[in-house]
Amino acid sequence: MAVTVVVLARNRNLFAVIVLSGLYSFLMATVLVALDAVDVAMTEASVGAGVSTVLLLGALHLCRSEEARPLHKPWLPLAVSIACGVMLVYGSLRLPAFSDPAAPIHTHVVPRYLKEGPQETGVPNVVTAVLASYRGYDTLGETTVVFTAGAGVVALLRRRRNRRDKQK
Amino acid sequence: MKHDLVLRVVAKVFLPFILMFALYVQFHGDFGPGGGFQAGVIVAAAVIFYALIYGLTNARRVVPEPLVESMMAAGVLIYAGVGVAGILLGGNFLDYFVLDHNPVAGQHRGIFWVEAGVAITVSGVMLKIFYMFADRGRIDE
Repeated sequence: MAVTVVVLARNRNLFAVIVLSGLYSFLMATVLVALDAVDVAMTEASVGAGVSTVLLLGALHLCRSEEARPLHKPWLPLAVSIACGVMLVYGSLRLPAFSDPAAPIHTHVVPRYLKEGPQETGVPNVVTAVLASYRGYDTLGETTVVFTAGAGVVALLRRRRNRRDKQK
Repeated sequence: MKHDLVLRVVAKVFLPFILMFALYVQFHGDFGPGGGFQAGVIVAAAVIFYALIYGLTNARRVVPEPLVESMMAAGVLIYAGVGVAGILLGGNFLDYFVLDHNPVAGQHRGIFWVEAGVAITVSGVMLKIFYMFADRGRIDE
């Protein structure tokens, strides 16, 4: 993954960048499978590597395939992103160890979901039970967000097409 | 890519399996990984695949744009409708226990419809975005 990111940042050919970011998504999906988050891995593989790659290629079709040379050296953005990374690493140092059963997240509502979820909902996959039943409001909000995103794209792109038709 | 025989044949062979897998992910989401969101994306990916190989015009003929636009809204309405149905049957908003005499069966029913709503909205939105982008770039030419 690190190699992919370095090549991604160095590359100026946008086609290669898009293919590499798809590759990065697949690697990320593999990591998520290794972490036992199969649902998230499936989403990452289909959305990150599949659909968004096609959408980016479609967008690339509209513009030039070479990235323009930056006007000045990227020292300030580099410093800001390194500082952010250092802060994130510093913050994660005090997190509980991975799969530590005594971590706060595992002692709050998770035991109830795991113990009573299958009996209450009759759904063996706890992820689905939490997503659609216990957290039904959140998922309704997410669906609305997806809908709003689609409506926004429709509103933006369709108006431009009309304007171009008028100019003709 | 319209005139590439290998791609056309391979696409024709693959498409039923992709759609079948999407349905499997949708309805098996209760027992294994997957669910509405993933299934919706896979359905959209299948149609996008078809559009890439056979051209946008043919894809529009299979999945017309008004259908896609109504799918975007219909999914959210199905999801919210399940919530309203819970109220009408005497429970809270998005309360699945009252959807059937047996609370567990009610949960099953509620989750089924909610996931269906998510899948419909997600596939509609993905397809619509693809159509909008591809239309401006004219991938089918």
